[in-house]
Amino acid sequence: MILFLVRRALWFLLTLWVVATLSFVLMRSVRGGPFSGERALHPSVEAALRERYHLDWPMWKQYLQYVGPLNLDGHGPRFVGGDGSDRFTGLFALDLGPSFHYRDFTVDDILRQSLPVSLALGALALAWALILGLTAGVLSALWRGRALDVGVRLVATLGIALPNFVLAGLLVLALSFGAGLLPPAGWGEPRHALLPSFVLGAPFAAYVARLTRSGMLEVLSQDFVRTAVAKGLPRRTVVLRHALRAGILPVVSYLGPAAAGILTGSLVVEKIFAIPGTGTHFVNSALNRDYTLAMGVTLLYTALVFALNTLVDVAYTLLDPRIRLEDA
Amino acid sequence: MSLAMLSVHDLVVVFDTPAGVVRAVDGVSFELEPEETLALVGESGSGKSLSALAVLRLVPHPGRVESGRVFFQERNLLRAAESELRKIRGRELAMVFQDPLSALHPMLTVERQLSEVLETHAGLTRRGARARVVAALGEVGLSEPERFLGAYPHELSGGQRQRVLIAMALLMRPRVLFADEPTTALDVTIQAQILDLIAELQRQHGTGVVLITHDLGIVAGRADRVQVLYAGRTVEGASTRALFARPLHPYSAALLASVARLDAPAATLPSAIPGQPPDPLERPEGCAFHPRCALATDTCRRTRPELEEPRGASGRRTACFESAQLLLRP
Amino acid sequence: MAAPPPPAPSAIGEELLREAARARGRGLFQEARARLAENRPARWSLRLLVGLALGALLAPLLPLPSPMALALSEEPGPPSLAEPWNRGWRHRVTLTFRFDEPMESRELFLRAESALLGLVTLATRVRPEVIPIRAQGRVTALELALPYRPEFDPHLGSQLEDELAQHLAGRLEQGRLRLKNGGAVAVSFLGASAENGYWELNALDRLLLDLRQRLFGFHQTGALLGTDAQGRDLLSRLVWGSRVSLTVALAAALVSLVIGVSVGAVAGYLGGWVDALLMRVVDVLYSIPFLFVVIFVITLLHGYRAELEAHGIGHLTAFYAVLGLFTWLTMARVVRGQVLALRHREFVAAARLVGASHARILWTHVLPNVLGIVLVYLTLTIPSVMLLESFLSFLGLGVEPPRVSWGLLAADAMEAINPLRSFWWLVVWPAVAMGGTLLALNVLGDGLRDALDPKLARR
Repeated sequence: MILFLVRRALWFLLTLWVVATLSFVLMRSVRGGPFSGERALHPSVEAALRERYHLDWPMWKQYLQYVGPLNLDGHGPRFVGGDGSDRFTGLFALDLGPSFHYRDFTVDDILRQSLPVSLALGALALAWALILGLTAGVLSALWRGRALDVGVRLVATLGIALPNFVLAGLLVLALSFGAGLLPPAGWGEPRHALLPSFVLGAPFAAYVARLTRSGMLEVLSQDFVRTAVAKGLPRRTVVLRHALRAGILPVVSYLGPAAAGILTGSLVVEKIFAIPGTGTHFVNSALNRDYTLAMGVTLLYTALVFALNTLVDVAYTLLDPRIRLEDA
Repeated sequence: MSLAMLSVHDLVVVFDTPAGVVRAVDGVSFELEPEETLALVGESGSGKSLSALAVLRLVPHPGRVESGRVFFQERNLLRAAESELRKIRGRELAMVFQDPLSALHPMLTVERQLSEVLETHAGLTRRGARARVVAALGEVGLSEPERFLGAYPHELSGGQRQRVLIAMALLMRPRVLFADEPTTALDVTIQAQILDLIAELQRQHGTGVVLITHDLGIVAGRADRVQVLYAGRTVEGASTRALFARPLHPYSAALLASVARLDAPAATLPSAIPGQPPDPLERPEGCAFHPRCALATDTCRRTRPELEEPRGASGRRTACFESAQLLLRP
Repeated sequence: MAAPPPPAPSAIGEELLREAARARGRGLFQEARARLAENRPARWSLRLLVGLALGALLAPLLPLPSPMALALSEEPGPPSLAEPWNRGWRHRVTLTFRFDEPMESRELFLRAESALLGLVTLATRVRPEVIPIRAQGRVTALELALPYRPEFDPHLGSQLEDELAQHLAGRLEQGRLRLKNGGAVAVSFLGASAENGYWELNALDRLLLDLRQRLFGFHQTGALLGTDAQGRDLLSRLVWGSRVSLTVALAAALVSLVIGVSVGAVAGYLGGWVDALLMRVVDVLYSIPFLFVVIFVITLLHGYRAELEAHGIGHLTAFYAVLGLFTWLTMARVVRGQVLALRHREFVAAARLVGASHARILWTHVLPNVLGIVLVYLTLTIPSVMLLESFLSFLGLGVEPPRVSWGLLAADAMEAINPLRSFWWLVVWPAVAMGGTLLALNVLGDGLRDALDPKLARR
């Protein structure tokens, strides 16, 4: 287990390093930085900003500054203690640099503010996906061929096919403007979170339902389920303890891509419902050419997805004792 | 109605396939007295496993029991409610399946799989059941049974797994144990051990055993009575000794002849039965065995023989028009 | 003792041999095609998709209104069946001639009309359509509508206005146009106005547009599905939008096919360090949520817009390329897995024994077997790429106006809906279009997967 986690951690660092380096190279070598916006800046202002962002340093130095951990500012490399503002910088210190667009804030500040919102939204969406999906999938498998099964399969296929912003539009039309039940935008109270998290999670719920159904169907015809019934176990035990535990494996491996998909989908959902999350910031950073923010969010989300995938792999081995970590 | 502990009458199990309705079990009857061992013998596809599954109402989709009666404890099991059946399965009637690796749940420990039987039927808690689980594991010949508690099926050997299955089945001291090909998936060396184990436990607990197998060789010395099935029908029923001494159906005779025997001359090979069992969708008219039978006559080809006691041999039944010939053979 | 003689071949044995000789298995593809043919939803999906593709391909040919904003209405108009077939196609150059005096007779009017027609036809060599303008029941002006051509467009420097004014002036006598067979009318030329209903189209599309004009004149369908806040017809935008969505999907699918299959096949076949290296690259790339990278790259490419366009790579093409570059990963993985499994099968070893080269084995033995799974994944890649494109366009990072794509339509819809007035058609029709297409693709993909699944093989 330890060896596995250590290896994973190394890959993790490698991946992040690759992303950071590539982005850095692209960013610096391309035209159109923070100063090519519509507002023309006074030359002295521009010069000050250039200095602040170290844009006149040689490329290698800028890169090292970005990656850290040494602060190459001022008079040569130094470790300075004290109030910590000059100590370590760069990625190693989890310092993602200053935002190019929001001049008074660092990327870290912005993320600190917006990440909890996005994480909450994402977690709720995942909860929707699992609760709805598992229930629908199990019931669908148990009542195979009946009306419920057909209905669930139809809704599931639709859920996978419709893009989430289309679903959002339809639901807002029906529920917010039509029936006036839920707010169409905003964030702050529980009722604000209901619609966006549902919209975000719906396509994944559909996929989970499908996976659960097919997993359960396959398991229900296995010998060990027959043994469980032959032992006289109550139906609920057979379904939940015997069948579901075996049939749920494909769902568990799906959690990784699902989490990544939820992160991706949040970009659109946050925009539609005006939710002040990290996704909104990312989209805006793309439109504002705020490269540090864009890169910071990309790195962050890459790290999140990586961590989740590792978690899923570990969970998988815990669930199925036949699988060893090395195979993951 | 007889006084037997378990009696099955005219069981018919069919399968609804796209190609038609298949009568996998076509009117099979058998009985089991307490503490006796009945062997159901036949090739694959003869309906022997399905007959046992039908008793427990475990026939898999798209199969179903079409007709018949199964009497156990003064109830017709085929008419009983599912909730009643759940109380009988695992407690009064138990089954041991063919492939222990697939029959055991791969993700649950041995302890879990055994103790849940006790939790369900004996109302024990997990902790309360542990002692009995350990005792049961010891009973089936697993030394140091405690170390098997936390084990998973894939960590055990084939023989060990089958012992676990047997322990699981016998936990509640059922009246009847169905053993469906209990040794087919095991090494030859282990086979005898397992069969002896079953026989020993039967003696200890007075269980009735229905031993289902295609191998007549393992029946000798372990079953009291034998019933031979072919193409979903019973073709012969007799005590083991009588059947082995003088089979009264050409199929039984051929089966016997195909068993390798230690006392046969060295250079003779067991003879295979020519041909194949019939396609269940296209059973021949008349006697199902006639295409492969050396003694087949026109009557055999046209009329289906009934299972009845032949003249001159009491206590036995056979479904053959030519049984008299077999009776007269040396 | 002598060995016993071998048993004589029995009648049954002979029968078995004969039966075996007669049996003939169906090839995988015939089997698959047969199974697919029985799958009703998949067949309908295929028909729908083919229809969609045809519609997209022939979009310029269809008599739809222009998808661009030319009206200045402020409110979206609901679907209406009023004027379902009208002559209002706004892709024309209109030459307006005003009658300064009322005309005495209809006969005079007809001759005047014919004269003006002749004038314009002579100047442009195109026969215009005549649209009389009436006020209080009398014709006060004539609009002669020419099919739009860049050479007629005054905005693009056309001299047509001046030419016509000169021609007309040449035929005037005392301010009145002299007609053949006597008579004169007072008419003045008010000028030319051009409406270009389409963005820059390629040669094939211009041809189709031309053909449409010949077939239908200026006829077009009415606002059958409604209009948006800028007066643009929704049906037309849906059809034109489908072009982008489908092209994106096909382009990305093609890229993922070529790169993904190559990388996967090479990795799976050669194994060893090549495999390890390639799969490591794929793994690293895979763990990056690529929407982010795509957005990142697209944003960066903005800086190089001018250069790319100079090389003929439009914004859209670059967009397609970026999308394609990220969709080959799954395909590579899947193909690699399949090739890996195949590599150890006996027929490959047999081929090696006979002396076939690696390349030959790959081409003739391995690839045909991989074809099935590649096909399935293609039909699954396409909807995900379409979704990606619509996401990006929705966010404003993809297709840009005046061009249109389904993602943009959905974005427009979101802007327009508000709690006071429900413009349901703006949301519903794009939803139906997108949902229906993606649904059809998924159903088809599932059908293909089932059809090619060897485990379901029947006799």
